[in-house]
Amino acid sequence: MLGKLSWAAIPFDQPIPMAASLFIVVGVLSVLGLVTWKGWWPYLWREWLTTVDHKRIGVMYVLLALVLLLRGFMDAIMMRTQLAIAAGGAQGYLPPEHYDQIFSAHGTIMIFFMAMPFMVGLMNFVVPLQLGVRDVAFPVLNAVSFWLTASGALLVNISLVVGEFARTGWLAYPPLSELAFSPGVGVDYYLWALQISGIGTLLAGINMVTTILKLRAPGMTYMRMPVFCWTALASSMLIVAAFPVLTATFGMLLLDRYVGMHFFTNDGGGNFMMYINLIWIWGHPEVYILALPAFGIFSEVIATFSGKALFGYRSMVMATLAICVLSFLVWLHHFFTMGAGANVNAIFGIASMIIAIPTGVKLFNWLFTLYRGRIRFEVPVLWAIGFMVTFAIGGMTGVLQAVPPADFVLHNSLFLVAHFHNVIIGSVVFGAMAGYYYWFPKAFGFTLHRGLGVVSFWCWFVGFYLAFMPLYAVGLLGMTRRMQHYADLSWQPYLIVAEGGAVVILCGILATIAQLVVSIRTRASRRDLTGDPWEGRTLEWSTSSPPPAYNFAVLPKVDSLDAFWAMKQRGLRVAAERYQAIEVPRNSANGFVTAFFAVVTGFAMIWHIWWMAILGLACAVVTLLVFGWVERVEGEVSGEQLAEAERARLRSMEPA
Amino acid sequence: MLVTSCREGVLDPHGPVGAAERLILFNSTAIMLVVVLPVIVLTLAFAWWYRASNARAAYRPDWSYSGYIELVTWSIPAMVVILLAAVAWIGSHELDPALRLQSDVRPIRVQVVSLDWKWLFIYPDQQVASVNQLEIPTGVPLEFLLTSATVMNSFFVPQLGSQIYTMPGMTTRLNLLADRPGEYPGLSANFSGNGFSDMRFLVHAVPASEFASWLEHTRETGAVLNAEAYAQLAEPGINTNLQTYGGVDPQLFERIVQPAAQPAAAPGKEQ
Repeated sequence: MLGKLSWAAIPFDQPIPMAASLFIVVGVLSVLGLVTWKGWWPYLWREWLTTVDHKRIGVMYVLLALVLLLRGFMDAIMMRTQLAIAAGGAQGYLPPEHYDQIFSAHGTIMIFFMAMPFMVGLMNFVVPLQLGVRDVAFPVLNAVSFWLTASGALLVNISLVVGEFARTGWLAYPPLSELAFSPGVGVDYYLWALQISGIGTLLAGINMVTTILKLRAPGMTYMRMPVFCWTALASSMLIVAAFPVLTATFGMLLLDRYVGMHFFTNDGGGNFMMYINLIWIWGHPEVYILALPAFGIFSEVIATFSGKALFGYRSMVMATLAICVLSFLVWLHHFFTMGAGANVNAIFGIASMIIAIPTGVKLFNWLFTLYRGRIRFEVPVLWAIGFMVTFAIGGMTGVLQAVPPADFVLHNSLFLVAHFHNVIIGSVVFGAMAGYYYWFPKAFGFTLHRGLGVVSFWCWFVGFYLAFMPLYAVGLLGMTRRMQHYADLSWQPYLIVAEGGAVVILCGILATIAQLVVSIRTRASRRDLTGDPWEGRTLEWSTSSPPPAYNFAVLPKVDSLDAFWAMKQRGLRVAAERYQAIEVPRNSANGFVTAFFAVVTGFAMIWHIWWMAILGLACAVVTLLVFGWVERVEGEVSGEQLAEAERARLRSMEPA
Repeated sequence: MLVTSCREGVLDPHGPVGAAERLILFNSTAIMLVVVLPVIVLTLAFAWWYRASNARAAYRPDWSYSGYIELVTWSIPAMVVILLAAVAWIGSHELDPALRLQSDVRPIRVQVVSLDWKWLFIYPDQQVASVNQLEIPTGVPLEFLLTSATVMNSFFVPQLGSQIYTMPGMTTRLNLLADRPGEYPGLSANFSGNGFSDMRFLVHAVPASEFASWLEHTRETGAVLNAEAYAQLAEPGINTNLQTYGGVDPQLFERIVQPAAQPAAAPGKEQ
């Protein structure tokens, strides 16, 4: 009846997982209880759970990312603590069965459920506003994408309480992830969570590409698009090209595990080298799916706060597209040590280095944007300068490992771990934090607390160097990744310093939470009525904060780059003569309901509860069909309502 | 216990392969620092000088293009990459793990098998084997032929240089040499499951004469590694005992690589 599921799935006998499970269960129940107690369900259902507004969906993506950042960071600090004490003969406090799940979950969560939703969320929120349009191309599909991503995140977290997570590392290389070596449900949790969220990501990518290609404000030609839109386009094209590969690869591994096929097994003619190739054909573009939007954010931030147009816009666009193409030609550098031969290794090594050219150009262009600017040191600029310094170092250690003989001694070491944290924290996390602070007033109509933002930045910045520079050193000493304990006592001091760095980063995270709480409590005094708190250059700053559901009462006309800056130079035309009615999409429960059945199906597949899987899948299909067939009547905002809203907005902008 | 202390890892190579790789590491880093350091310094300098409160700094809000600067910003990284590409191309070919080392001395062949979670070293020409201990003579090229009996691992001795994956059902090749006597820790550099952290071994590099007497001693004292003894060894588990075998079934390694080495079935027919 319940497949493999029984009470044995809950780790009653292991104190640490049990405490974590209880903590999560109590946390979730108390949040649900509070919502019920306060009677917030109707509001939540109406305004958030069924919304198809790209701005709200973007906000929910970012919220999901921030929550999962906490989960992923808890994993990180547990690992650091383990390695700070498990030296010599000591075994630490986490047995391998548990430690292996933690590093697998840390990587999976941080990439798929922290970095991805953060970037997709910011793109979702910002791109239509920057393009000067009213929504993404497919608003309902957008909600479906988000809720499928959330479903995957939910499944990963259910694994903490019911059953186990994968113990295979975040990419689940076979043969270790095959049934013969991982008979438990951990790998199945991993696969189904990522299959479901992967479909969500693919749909989000398609939506974003369509939006940018087909919906732009009148006059916004490609070469007048803000750089963030270009990077969002490049990133989304990579999603569309790369995620199907991931889905197919996981599909083959699922067939191996569920119906005894032999794609990647040791026997029956399987070849796991194919998996490693395919996963990195997705995996390397994935790095740029995350990094390119971050580059876009920095481009916006540096230009805005330098009070200056971005230097070398055309170069920037070319560099972005060059990275987009090149990212598909370098996957083999993740396994130079497979013995592919000198020519193959050298060619992929050199191809990898070539990516450093457009990336280096970007760095120079930011540098020359600062040059002869008038830089206001708001929080996003701190993140941007911190990024430029940190990323230069991380890029260098990356190119170093693109030299195959250097990689032969650095591969899989903590040097590698330090490198990819150096680039991912340095670019993606710093970029996300910069974007969060930069666009927060646009989303909510009030600014974030500056002081706590500065504290958060310095904690992250210093904490990052403390946590990861020692890992470079200990990697050179020969320490390899994913060790649960080690014999060499000379490694321990480095790992203790790294633990200290993780604690400093924790302070940064706490400062971010405090910043949010303090800012909400003092929002009355930090209202931004102008809609343009940073002297912005792009169209998102031309509408009110938060923008109305329809974004723009009248679609802006664009005749140059930095369209809003140009409008301000010419003197703003404050009000239009007449307003035309706007059609706004109505809410839809499609995403939420589909995702609910996706979770049911995924959970049932993981535990081999076949009847429930069939039922869940059938319900999901029926949901899609029902919503597809129902004749939708969209809402409308009349010309009079628009005129009244615009008059109210202009009144509030006038100095009191 | 293989407790060791104060090893310098890949920055303290004791063989030509490791030494060449360290040189490449240093050279490549130096080439890149020529650009990276000025970029970091300029970033901080520009950020400081062009701060909004500095009235003496120039401000050109509309300046956003300069053909000369663009030429420089594209050519500097391109030139660095051309230099590094040469390093990578030459290095990849000279340090190809499968390439035999130049030497007048006759190489020693070692067959390496990664097991759950221990290392088996077979000396096919000497007909001895050892577990988690790799005894080698100094100054003699070592020709490794590697495979895995379970999942993928990576054979790595940081102080000797290059690592290489060990993969089930196939073999990889690696050539190393230790030019000084000493004890060098080795490990698996690719995660392989619960016992992974204990998958360590010790390389014991000794002068040729000492190696010869180790061989003799091993031949006299150790058991024979036949199918039965191997099956026992292959049971998953951590093995911190340094076992040796005085004799080895000569077909053992081939059978580990191709477990189903029965007569090949005709295509389409069930075996």
